[in-house]
Amino acid sequence: MSERPAVSLSRVSRHFGLTRAMDEVDLEIAEGEFFAMLGPSGSGKTTCLRVIAGFEQPTSGEVRIFGENATGVPPYRRNVNTVFQDYALFPHMNVADNVAYSLMLRKVPKAERARQAEEALEMVRLPGYGARRPAELSGGQRQRVALARAIINRPKVLLLDEPLGALDLKLRENMQEELKSLQRRLGITFVFVTHDQSEALSMADRIAVFNAGKVIQVGAPEEVYRRPASPFVADFVGSSNILPPDFVEAVAGEKRWASLRPEQVRVTEPGDANPRLVGRVTAQSYLGATTRFAVALDGIALHAIVPAGSFQPADDGRVAIAFDRSALHFMDGPA
Amino acid sequence: MSVATEIIAPPPQSAAARLADGLWRRPGLVVALLLAPALLWLAVVYLGSLATLLRQSFFSLEEFSGLVVEDYTLSTYAELLQPSNFEIIKRTVLMAAAVSVASAIVGFPIAYVAARYARGAWKAAFYIAVMLPLWSSYLVKVYAWKLILAREGILTWTFGKLGLGFVLDGLLALPGVGGGSLSTSYIGTFLVFLYIWLPYMILPTQAALERVPGSLINASSDLGATPWATFRHVILPLAAPGIVAGSIFTFSLTLGDYIIPQVIGSGRYFIGQAVYVQQGTAGNIPLAAAFTVVPIVIMGVYLAVARKLGAFDAL
Repeated sequence: MSERPAVSLSRVSRHFGLTRAMDEVDLEIAEGEFFAMLGPSGSGKTTCLRVIAGFEQPTSGEVRIFGENATGVPPYRRNVNTVFQDYALFPHMNVADNVAYSLMLRKVPKAERARQAEEALEMVRLPGYGARRPAELSGGQRQRVALARAIINRPKVLLLDEPLGALDLKLRENMQEELKSLQRRLGITFVFVTHDQSEALSMADRIAVFNAGKVIQVGAPEEVYRRPASPFVADFVGSSNILPPDFVEAVAGEKRWASLRPEQVRVTEPGDANPRLVGRVTAQSYLGATTRFAVALDGIALHAIVPAGSFQPADDGRVAIAFDRSALHFMDGPA
Repeated sequence: MSVATEIIAPPPQSAAARLADGLWRRPGLVVALLLAPALLWLAVVYLGSLATLLRQSFFSLEEFSGLVVEDYTLSTYAELLQPSNFEIIKRTVLMAAAVSVASAIVGFPIAYVAARYARGAWKAAFYIAVMLPLWSSYLVKVYAWKLILAREGILTWTFGKLGLGFVLDGLLALPGVGGGSLSTSYIGTFLVFLYIWLPYMILPTQAALERVPGSLINASSDLGATPWATFRHVILPLAAPGIVAGSIFTFSLTLGDYIIPQVIGSGRYFIGQAVYVQQGTAGNIPLAAAFTVVPIVIMGVYLAVARKLGAFDAL
């Protein structure tokens, strides 16, 4: 991390009445980083984004952008731009005027505005769309216009609020790759909010996991995925199996919470396995390349993901499960 | 629990249910039935009378006999352009314009607060506060204002107590709009018009602002717009259809009103009074009709200009 982070939050809280949307959040986002804020709805990730953009003022704490104190600075004085979840395109302007809005405010001459708008539209692969109205575009196209509008000024930090939330799966996958390559080309710090863990894992350099207004864990995707800091993170990022201390003690000899990735669980015939690990398949879903089993063991339920077609349980559904002790990730209690 | 065993329920027995089924199969008929009462009213009663009125305006009055000559002529319209009649039109249009502009300026902040900040009980309080004046009789309000504005009224008294009597005197000394007291000046007429029509401006403006998502205002600010620039480039254009709708009310209601200028003001005629006098005491139906055509033409021109200026782009 560089000595001067692009965005740094120190002990930032934002309260709405009695609700603590953000509770003493500390974050440092490095320059040029693709940073994801991941969490369920109501976890404070969007509030955090809005505090960085300047739409919300922190109740307490300090926000710095490239070392400069941004607390109390209105959004229009921050070199930070936002792509909104609902795109927030101005319905009374055409695409080119939307994209060049910030240039119009800075009184850039008309011809120059048109040139730069077209250039930005080319960057998001919408050349020649300038004369259309936002209402004439599809969701994916509106998203690109919102993106072009936000990057036309080359902001120091680009904020994206659930940018892909409203797109269908295919489009979402395309846009993920495009956002990634756009970020590499521009070298801008991207901060994006998402509730989709796979999106965060695939796109981000680092992820901050939010829950109930707090940052629970910050780390690279692999780190967050493999070594979740708490049962909440394990469950939210990749729907890990959460094993309670009693169960872990019985199978691994250590009385601690542990997480276990479903793809690290093997499902076999119930031979002479540890009786704690014999159970019954309660549900089976075919996921294409893999099959997911829900297995009810004594007292707990586990999910296992195995290559499709690699195993078929007997009619009575009785199976044994197995995993390597090294697949267990021990962690502190629930949070 | 009873379980329906048949896949398709048997055809209905009652007439009402059969009617419902029949209508379900003919959506066009439903639309026609929904429109019929309004169309009957609007097309026959309203547009019909309007056409008759228009026809009347092309007749003329025989000067000596005082009888209406049913020959088509433009002479009645020429009469409108005579200085005395044209003064009435000018006075009314200026008043209507002033009232519309003032109610837009006074109404906008109220509509804005109601649309963007008021929630729950506060919103209900807003609606009640705006509509409450509409629940009481128009005549009562106008006469109440006459008392408020009278030389012996509470307004003069308040200005006097505050040592601001000279402000009031200065206003009343203004040439053209002043007068002996507020209740006998154009300023008084203006104030009462403003008060009476203000709700008709606030409600459509508020409805238009209600439809502007907060994210648009955030986006504008995010892209570097100061609050004033956001107002000019985003909020105002998006509220324009509402403001224009409101001004149609304030403008046309002022153009047609004949009570307020009669009770409060300088005593000089407005279009409404001219129509009233011409068709009543003077018996000059053609001239009354021609006067009535004036607001219709003005509103048509006004809407065309508003459209040209892009006021409806955000609709």
